[in-house]
Amino acid sequence: MASSNREKISEWVKSTQIYKAIFRHGYEDTPRNRSLTTFSNVLYHLHPVKTRWESIKFRYTWCMGGVSLLLFVMLALTGVMLMFYYVPDVRRAYQDIKDMMTVVSYGTTFRNIHRFAAQGMVATVWIHMTRVFLTGSYKSPREFNWIIGVVLLMLTLLLSWTGYLLPWDQLALWAITVGTKMAAATPLFGVEGPFGVQLGMRPDNDVKFMLLGGTEVGQNALLRFYVLHCVVLPMLVVVFLAVHFWRVRKDGFSGPL
Amino acid sequence: MELVKGTATGVEKEPEDTIFSWPHLFYLEFLCVIIVTALLLIASIYLGAPLEEEASRDTTPNPMKAPWYFLGLQELLVFFDPWIAGVGLPILIAGGLMLIPFLDINPKGKGYYTYSERKFAVSSYGFGMALWLVLIVIGVWFRGLDWNWYWPWENGHIHKPPATGLEDLPIIFARVLGIGQFAGKALSDLIVLGYFGAGLIIPALYFKNFYKKLGFMRYVPLAVMYLIMIGIPIKVGLRLVFSIKYVILTPWFKI
Repeated sequence: MASSNREKISEWVKSTQIYKAIFRHGYEDTPRNRSLTTFSNVLYHLHPVKTRWESIKFRYTWCMGGVSLLLFVMLALTGVMLMFYYVPDVRRAYQDIKDMMTVVSYGTTFRNIHRFAAQGMVATVWIHMTRVFLTGSYKSPREFNWIIGVVLLMLTLLLSWTGYLLPWDQLALWAITVGTKMAAATPLFGVEGPFGVQLGMRPDNDVKFMLLGGTEVGQNALLRFYVLHCVVLPMLVVVFLAVHFWRVRKDGFSGPL
Repeated sequence: MELVKGTATGVEKEPEDTIFSWPHLFYLEFLCVIIVTALLLIASIYLGAPLEEEASRDTTPNPMKAPWYFLGLQELLVFFDPWIAGVGLPILIAGGLMLIPFLDINPKGKGYYTYSERKFAVSSYGFGMALWLVLIVIGVWFRGLDWNWYWPWENGHIHKPPATGLEDLPIIFARVLGIGQFAGKALSDLIVLGYFGAGLIIPALYFKNFYKKLGFMRYVPLAVMYLIMIGIPIKVGLRLVFSIKYVILTPWFKI
């Protein structure tokens, strides 16, 4: 009796306009529903309804593209969590990190995940590129997607670089000092680079000044790197990722013919 | 409609080699998410992310090492000026990578692993990656105080005498051959020009078919990128073996 009541209730729920507005198809295991599961879900619809056998072989893909995306998502989630506790002010940034590791519940874990996922993402993007090269998957018609991939690799490295200034520890200060010294040595655009002085570059108007918001690593640099790390670069990554996936979807999986 | 030779009408093999994404692909993706998340959590619980002392201008850490993925660049700083190691080479590497699909016109090996059908492409990529990895390994494990070379069994707390006796190639020529400074400079410039000239012309003559297939517009950037890539270990070797600091001297830059 109870079970039939439950069935009745469930049938009634499924017949309401609200349920139908949210869930567009049933759960019966039919080819139609399998297609609709992929097709009518915002996350799944990036995938084709039917996939080539080869594309789910671990030996072929090593899952590295997918893992890169997963790590990026993890970085976004843990990054937002860190932003609740971190203030990009040179007088308190380091103490905020210390607080995060001692006072905030699971703060250390969140910070560790953020750091290790970042290192992992550099590695997986790199391995993904190697896999794509070794399987010749960049060949026509996928040339442009390979270029977007290289851009994403550069953005990944830039995200890492802008990230490790933020804790304001010794590594942050000196690594960014070295990094921006290289920027000052940029040909044409840096004051110490070839033809920089000849083109009117000064310590207060060259590319290093633009990066740091000053002539040395200080408060302005911290704020700039914070905004680049938390807003500008992630937004660029999302835009390029969208094109990257859309192209993969349109060009089809590159597996053996 | 298309006419195809054959006895069967089913020419497209698509129906047999595809499967529904739901559930096959999504199960695998879900599994992958669980495994990676678990690994990351375990790593985050057992290992700590590094945090050094608070930033201070009064003390400079020695050695000052960037995270591992930038140590290849940092290692190059030993052998090249900052504008080459920090800006020029990264731009060339990124640009070179982007050019790959346009320079590699080999129709074989599309979508499957093969070495025998694309020996040149795979070995070149392998060489570049190996070079990068070797530089990172050196940076991580073999560099110590003052960025000197320390073997793992050496005491990393004892300073080594700074490298001395580095000379520029034109000056070496002038001294060894007993010619003027200007002639020495001209000689070293000629050698560099000769390296790029010979590197451009000889393969084009020797592998005529390869050159013809590629065409001039593809061959030149490919050869130049290749010569620069090979040039990096050559320059490193010149410095390590012959203590040569710079090869080219100009009033604006030195290489």
